[in-house]
Amino acid sequence: MYRHASRRLIQALGDGGRRRSFSTDLPAASSEDAAFVEAWRKVAPSIDPPKTPLAFMKPRPPTPSSIPSKLTVNFVLPYQSEISNKEVDMVIVPATTGQMGVLPGHVATIAELKPGVLSVHEGNEVTKYFVSSGFAFIHANSVTDIVAVEAVPVDRIDPSLVQKGLADFTQKLNSTTTDLEKAEAQIGVDVHSALNAALSG
Amino acid sequence: MASMAAAVPFWRAAGMTYITYSNICASLVRGCLKEPYRSEAAAREKVHFAVSKWANGKPEKSSIRSDSHAE
Repeated sequence: MYRHASRRLIQALGDGGRRRSFSTDLPAASSEDAAFVEAWRKVAPSIDPPKTPLAFMKPRPPTPSSIPSKLTVNFVLPYQSEISNKEVDMVIVPATTGQMGVLPGHVATIAELKPGVLSVHEGNEVTKYFVSSGFAFIHANSVTDIVAVEAVPVDRIDPSLVQKGLADFTQKLNSTTTDLEKAEAQIGVDVHSALNAALSG
Repeated sequence: MASMAAAVPFWRAAGMTYITYSNICASLVRGCLKEPYRSEAAAREKVHFAVSKWANGKPEKSSIRSDSHAE
C-alpha cells in the first residue's frame, strides 16, 4: 500500500498546474455566457438573448488572504430560509464527531450533523435551534452553509412529550428483534435524549 | 489505499439509507413540539404521489398514495 504512495506524491507535486482548485479560489465567473450569447445572436439577431442561470447567481466571494473578522452564515430548511447571509462571530454545530465551534478562518470542512443544538453567537446574543439532522459546509472564505431537514427554536419543544417518547423508545429498544426495528428504536432513543439534553442545557 | 473501510453508522448497517434516517429524525422532532407548532409541522409531513408500473410502453395501473409520513 505504501509502495505507491511515494510515486503518487511525486506525481502530484509534479503536475501542480493540473490540481483542481476550490470554487472559492477561482476568479469570479462572468455573469454572462459569452459563447451562448454569440450563438443566439447568429440565429435570432432581433430577439434579446434570454438570461441563463449563470446570470442570476452571485459569484462566491473569494478566499481573503487574511482571516476575516466575521463569519457569514446561511441556515436553510426545506421549507424556509432561517438565516440568510448573516454576519456572526461564531456558530456551534452539532456534528457527529461532537459539538464543533466554527470561527472565522475555520478550515474548509463538511460535517454531517446529528440531532442536537445549533447555536449562533452574535455579540452578546445567542440564538439556539434544535436541529434534527443535516450537513454543515464550511468554506475557505468563511461562508458557512448549514442545511437541515427540521430545526426549531429550543423553546418550542414540549418536555412532557420528550420524556414520554424517550420512555417509549427505550422500551421498544429492549423488546424488538429485527435489525431494522432495533435501528429505528435506537434512532428514537438518540433523538429524544438529544432533545432532553437540549432542554436542560 | 485504505485497507479498512470507515466505521458504518448503525442505521446503515441495519439496511437504512441516510434519507430514511434523516426523515425519521425529523418526524420525531416534529412530534415533540408544543401545540400550535405541532399542527403546523404535521402539515409538512403530508405526501401525495401516484405510482404506476409500466409494461410494453403503457402504464399498467396507478396507485395514488396520499398520507402523512408514517413512522
